[in-house]
Amino acid sequence: MLEPITTGHYLVLSAAMLLIGTIGILLRRNAVIIMMSIELILNAVNVNLVAFSRHHGHLHGQIFAIFIICVAVAEAAVGLGILIALFRNKETVLVDEIDLLKW
Amino acid sequence: MTETVFFYSFAALTLIGAILTVTLKNAVHCAIALIASLAGVAGLYLLQQAEFLFAVQIVLYIGGIMVLFLFVIMLVNLDDAAKERQFHRNWLAGLLCAGATAGLFTLFLTRGAQSLKLPAQAAQEAAAPAGGNVESLSLMLFRDYLVPFELASLLLLVAIVGGVMMAKKRI
Repeated sequence: MLEPITTGHYLVLSAAMLLIGTIGILLRRNAVIIMMSIELILNAVNVNLVAFSRHHGHLHGQIFAIFIICVAVAEAAVGLGILIALFRNKETVLVDEIDLLKW
Repeated sequence: MTETVFFYSFAALTLIGAILTVTLKNAVHCAIALIASLAGVAGLYLLQQAEFLFAVQIVLYIGGIMVLFLFVIMLVNLDDAAKERQFHRNWLAGLLCAGATAGLFTLFLTRGAQSLKLPAQAAQEAAAPAGGNVESLSLMLFRDYLVPFELASLLLLVAIVGGVMMAKKRI
């Protein structure tokens, strides 16, 4: 009844995660939730890399996943710092109200 | 059989958590849904014999990044933002872009489905690399990927300095 799990299953799951993250980035107004969507996208990429790592039978994909996690941590730290600075100056976290560079 | 059951339960946890993250109103609820989603991803790592990444996912993502997110949610006053409209004014354009991406993914996954059939033999071989996951991963990281590893440490240093610079009131 239940067929065995192949790499394709993981790829479909990863594509779905990436899509949900994209929708979150494009549609939400709250900057904190946009950053959470970015984390979702990075995790989707990691699932993909680990699936291919097992598919090919070596560990290079997992090493790349570690580096992606490293970049995600750096992104989260700096991004949240920017968010706090923005909130201190503009008193808002809604991205369509942050239009300092628009005229 | 058991792998299939576990895969589908972890996949459901991941996807439901992801959908709730994107749709919920309250940012704290979103963060908790994201934690559930990340835990599901950790389970998927374990299912693929990536034990080190499983531990890193739990300790670093759930224990580190998500706690950072919760701190920022509590520092930044989101009560007014939760009362307002949650989605962009031109949400249709965003949905259209996402739909186009979904169509592209469907095309790739259906056209390339034949190349993704993994023979059962290869799966068994890949399942157990000699010496355990953490040992072989560390050997590879410190031998073949030494320069990227050092560059990653530099990136983290830059991130530390940047985070302090951004969050400080007056430099």
